[in-house]
Amino acid sequence: MNLPEELKYTKSHEWVAHQPDGSARIGLTDFAQKELGDIVFINLPQEGDSVDSGAAFADVESVKAVSDVYSPVTGTVQAVNEELLDAPEQLNKAPYDSWMVQVGEISATEELLSASEYLTFLSGKEGD
Amino acid sequence: MELKTPLYSRHVSAGGKIVPFAGYLLPVQYPSGVIAEHMAVRTAAGLFDISHMGEIILEGKDALANLHHLLTNDFTSMYDGRVRYTLMCYEDGGVVDDLVVCRISETKYLLVVNAANRRKDAEWIRTHLTGEVRFEDVSDRVAQIALQGPKAPEILKKLAEESSIPQKYYTFVEKGTVGGVSCLVSRTGYTGELGYEFYCAPQDAERLWDLLLEAGKEYGLIPCGLGARDTLRLEAAMPLYGHEMDETVNPFEAGLSFGVKMDSHDFIGKEVLSKKMNPSRVRIGLTVTGRGIARGGEPVLTNGSEIGKTTSGTFCPYLKEAVAMALVDSSQTKVGAEVELEIRGRCVAAKITALPFYKRS
Repeated sequence: MNLPEELKYTKSHEWVAHQPDGSARIGLTDFAQKELGDIVFINLPQEGDSVDSGAAFADVESVKAVSDVYSPVTGTVQAVNEELLDAPEQLNKAPYDSWMVQVGEISATEELLSASEYLTFLSGKEGD
Repeated sequence: MELKTPLYSRHVSAGGKIVPFAGYLLPVQYPSGVIAEHMAVRTAAGLFDISHMGEIILEGKDALANLHHLLTNDFTSMYDGRVRYTLMCYEDGGVVDDLVVCRISETKYLLVVNAANRRKDAEWIRTHLTGEVRFEDVSDRVAQIALQGPKAPEILKKLAEESSIPQKYYTFVEKGTVGGVSCLVSRTGYTGELGYEFYCAPQDAERLWDLLLEAGKEYGLIPCGLGARDTLRLEAAMPLYGHEMDETVNPFEAGLSFGVKMDSHDFIGKEVLSKKMNPSRVRIGLTVTGRGIARGGEPVLTNGSEIGKTTSGTFCPYLKEAVAMALVDSSQTKVGAEVELEIRGRCVAAKITALPFYKRS
């Protein structure tokens, strides 16, 4: 399982990379992309949209199913990785290089897990 | 409690992602992924475990008469070794199941039914049998493997004599031998490609699976799961029970009139169907032109009003576009017409497309 130490994780399988300016980049974990399978479509918010902690802000479609992506923070979308719109398969190929949105003006953050805490969470989940 | 097919351990050792499906534990995909599996079948070959399908034998002097009573197609003109697609209907014209019938002899037929409908079908058939006919559900004694794709003939030639290889679409060889394994070999499939389906004893399934995989390696053959099976059948616009038809959708609505012979014998449902030959809703094809992927049950709109609902949809890896099938008002079926799909609350542009989306050249 590829879990970069410098990132934070959610129980709904997003990763968060805190930026020096206080904003955060959000993407899907390696576990999530493996579970989804081949990702063929992604629907992203637009710059300026507000996102709420715990609420869906995007959806990704694999060949078989659609899944919501939840925002770990409350804030405003500063940037959108539009390359993913044309190449959603990047989420499979390089999940940690494929940030989806960068959110600024963060006013709330849900509880985030460290790499080792997320790994523990996943091992419990896989044992279900 | 889900059942395991005789190939279960092969799926697990190959890294298949196992899911419950129609009462069985089956691989939805292997590590190669649905797209790679789909493309292998379109450009080389793929191997599927379809042992979950149900097999029923009808045998006896009145077997043919019973087929004609139970099923919508005409089986009179069949000869031994022929396969025919048909529907089985309720009195009200709704569909019990769609299935294929293999004529083994004038008095013996093999019916291959959908896994999820096996028990329902068996019950329906049994309670409607008349005359001299023996019914046997042999599903548990039959494993089934499908080899599909343009390289399928070359792969099969490595393992079987010509006499074991059916030469025409929708024919079969009853007593075939593939790599020393006795099996019925049919030239049928559910992917839109040239291919074969093998029916063998459960204890021979692993051997046959291994032999086929080994023989096909040099041609790019890989094992494929339920995911690719669904995207392939959808790309080829093949209907699936529970999606394009069910007890509430009759064969004419589903666009399956070719499997219903109204001018031959009497069959269950014929009387009602005779009044429904020009249905008010029909199955159409849609290509999504906007951004999104339709699934089943999504409203199809024209100028804001709903004209029907999608029955199934997906992203087609070979065509590289999202398509769907839908049941819509039969006055709204013009190919090329622009419509909208309501996908998870968003309106996405689509257009009506001729079926099938993909046809083997």
